[in-house]
Amino acid sequence: MNALTDVQSGSRALLSGNEAVARAVWEAGATLATAYPGTPSTEILEVLARYPDVDAQWAVNEKVSLEVAIGGSLAGARTFCAMKHVGMNVAADALMSQTLAGVNGGLVIAIADDVGLSSSQNEQDSRYWGRFAHLPILEPADADEARAFTLAAYELSEQFNCPVILRLTTRVCHVKTVVTVGERLTMDNKGFIRDPRRWVMLPSNAKVMLPRQAERDVGLAAHAETSDLTTILPGDDASLGVIASGPAALSVREALPDAPILKLGLTHPIPVARIRAFAETVDQVLVVEETEPLVEQEVRAAGLTVIGKDLLPRHGELSVAVLRHALAVLRGETETPDTVAAAAGPDPTVFPRPPTMCPGCPHLTPFYCLSKLRKALLISGDIGCYTLGAGHPWQAMDTCTCMGASLTLAHGLAAAKGEADAKKGVVAVIGDSTFLHMGMQGLLNLVYNRANVTVMILDNRTVAMTGGQEHPGTGFDIHGDEAPRVDFAALVQAMGVKPERVHAIDPYDLPALFSLIRTETQVPEVSVIITNQPCVLTDRHVPHPALTVDEEACTGCGSCINTGCPAIEVTRRETTVTKAGHKKDLAFVRIDSAFCTGCNACVETCAPDAIVPLAPEAHPRLQRV
Amino acid sequence: MAATVTNILLCGIGGQGVLTAAELLARGAVAVGHDVKKTEVAGMAQRGGVVTSHLRFGPEVLAPAIPAGEADILLGFEAAEALRWIGQVREGGAIVVNALHLKPPVVHQGLFDYPDDPIGLMRAKGLTVRTLDARAIAEDLGNLKLVNTIMVGAVADHLPLAPETLRTQIVETFRARKPALADLNGRAFDAGRAAGADASALGEPQVVAG
Repeated sequence: MNALTDVQSGSRALLSGNEAVARAVWEAGATLATAYPGTPSTEILEVLARYPDVDAQWAVNEKVSLEVAIGGSLAGARTFCAMKHVGMNVAADALMSQTLAGVNGGLVIAIADDVGLSSSQNEQDSRYWGRFAHLPILEPADADEARAFTLAAYELSEQFNCPVILRLTTRVCHVKTVVTVGERLTMDNKGFIRDPRRWVMLPSNAKVMLPRQAERDVGLAAHAETSDLTTILPGDDASLGVIASGPAALSVREALPDAPILKLGLTHPIPVARIRAFAETVDQVLVVEETEPLVEQEVRAAGLTVIGKDLLPRHGELSVAVLRHALAVLRGETETPDTVAAAAGPDPTVFPRPPTMCPGCPHLTPFYCLSKLRKALLISGDIGCYTLGAGHPWQAMDTCTCMGASLTLAHGLAAAKGEADAKKGVVAVIGDSTFLHMGMQGLLNLVYNRANVTVMILDNRTVAMTGGQEHPGTGFDIHGDEAPRVDFAALVQAMGVKPERVHAIDPYDLPALFSLIRTETQVPEVSVIITNQPCVLTDRHVPHPALTVDEEACTGCGSCINTGCPAIEVTRRETTVTKAGHKKDLAFVRIDSAFCTGCNACVETCAPDAIVPLAPEAHPRLQRV
Repeated sequence: MAATVTNILLCGIGGQGVLTAAELLARGAVAVGHDVKKTEVAGMAQRGGVVTSHLRFGPEVLAPAIPAGEADILLGFEAAEALRWIGQVREGGAIVVNALHLKPPVVHQGLFDYPDDPIGLMRAKGLTVRTLDARAIAEDLGNLKLVNTIMVGAVADHLPLAPETLRTQIVETFRARKPALADLNGRAFDAGRAAGADASALGEPQVVAG
């Protein structure tokens, strides 16, 4: 037990949106919850795993996760599934068919949209799934609503016999606020109902379901007109009324405290009659939604005149500053708060501080090697910490699209490369969890089609970018209990990669790794290189004694900086003239021994052997920050 | 509304404990009955990138993020990061900064320059900047992870919360989670508070470290 699960019914707790959703799933009596980690949704399942009586499981990908949750619903239990926005692209196959069949136990799917793109490859508006799959969309504005709406979602799911989508955004998931929590409901398992006409989606059965889906649309539209998830926040100034949803509705309230607001909690289907009635009480209507104009278009289709994305941005967060600026533009004020907003943004003269790999990260050397072989390669990347390999100093990534696409894009690059690239080798770089998520199919396809790609599986035994979750390659489950661990070398051989083309290697052995990558990229068939050192942020990583730089010996060549290790720092720069008369910039370095993990990767890059172990007595006995 | 809501902007670098400090302050505000909203952007920020946390408390808090230019307090865990976000502070707002210079790899790689004196640049704007050397205090106490509690202590006398209440809340939070660290965090809070009170608006330490 812990602080979160100990919170007594009726008490106030400071919870994030993710924690509140988890609490509500538990309160709703759900017994099965699944997810694949993805920012900003990850913590929902991590928190759920701490509650008793809920079987929380990491799934290998979102499609698998949703299908397990669907199966649990069919078995008669209330179930739950969480994912980030792009996860539903993977899971959509299951969603689009199950929406016809419906559910047995309540099924709630939380989709977390990364509005503002803090940690994603795109910005999607998941509310489209409501329209596409004929399902209700609930949009809480903060953690307190996230809890209430999750409970309401289970009621709706069972009332309308369909999955319900809880649409979250970063500013719900990662915002903590005060939430009043409740007790867990006692839900009896309904039992599986044997009914192939309902659960077996043969064309003949699905055909019967289509009119029922249309009836459900009508029922949901009627429900939207009375749903208490949609509320009016009264205001005295009727010159402008606002239709808003999600956290943006709260920002509207702050930016425009006197405006009446129709706050939509159920945003698909929209309550057309309520919107019409609201519009009659105000002079003008502004629609504020993140991010696409879904509500706006439906309101316009209903024949109402509104202001929307013609005024407001179509991407990013609709913050108070953005809204104030838009309102000033609307009022035709010349002196807009835009200048205030710009001045309050980050100081543009301060250097950028992009995310970096960690000191001693086992991904440093693979990208160091790839950067040295850059001209001879096309490098296809994937989703994870190692996507940082696209940045400085390595700049060793040519493509990155979506989970698993490193192998398949590499496949296409290798199969169709033109004359200019004919001599280039093609490398796919993917992490352990991403490989299991959606990379395996690509490898099978490579082998089957006798392609020529070198696949690097950077196995750091965790889902690192989302904070270190377990997966089938780690040997542990979400509770930290032992679980069967996949053997990557055996797996790829089972898919047909020749045993002599499969190499497990210690990435800290830089010369061996470099030589292996160079050799395998010249072999005209599928090779798999598996690096085998764990993420330095996990308990599996064992640090070695820290290193330091012998200042007398350092020649300022700067080679070690090219590993990208953030523990290496430049102490001074000089310019010298070589014997051949060329100017040469020198950068003398030190190592911050408090951060150094003693991985020795930089030692191999140092020609004058200036990087040496720190004398044990000089080692600061401090915990690393 | 704005007059009754206190807005604290915490900024620093992934791994420095910015989010933990925000959590400790938020718990202190909840303990005395405030409505609270605390937001941050996590995800890639964990990897040594820019981290900010917005903490708002008062009778009722609406928007999750602090509106532009309305931060009452800036708590900077690193000098250049404080400079980065200084425009968020309202006129007369309190500014407390850990006078640490952490240069990112892009600076060591020679792609960008780190300002010589970020605190001086803030003061040149006419701002009163209180500084302390939280890392040195943490080293004295024997644990670099104490920086977050030290920073909370440093800002304690600038908040509309009783410092003693905040201290009690912090010690109790650690006693529930990591009992061995409870008293140490109490001492870290005190040391931070003393540094925050003593911190001269002039002649601060300029700490250059990893």
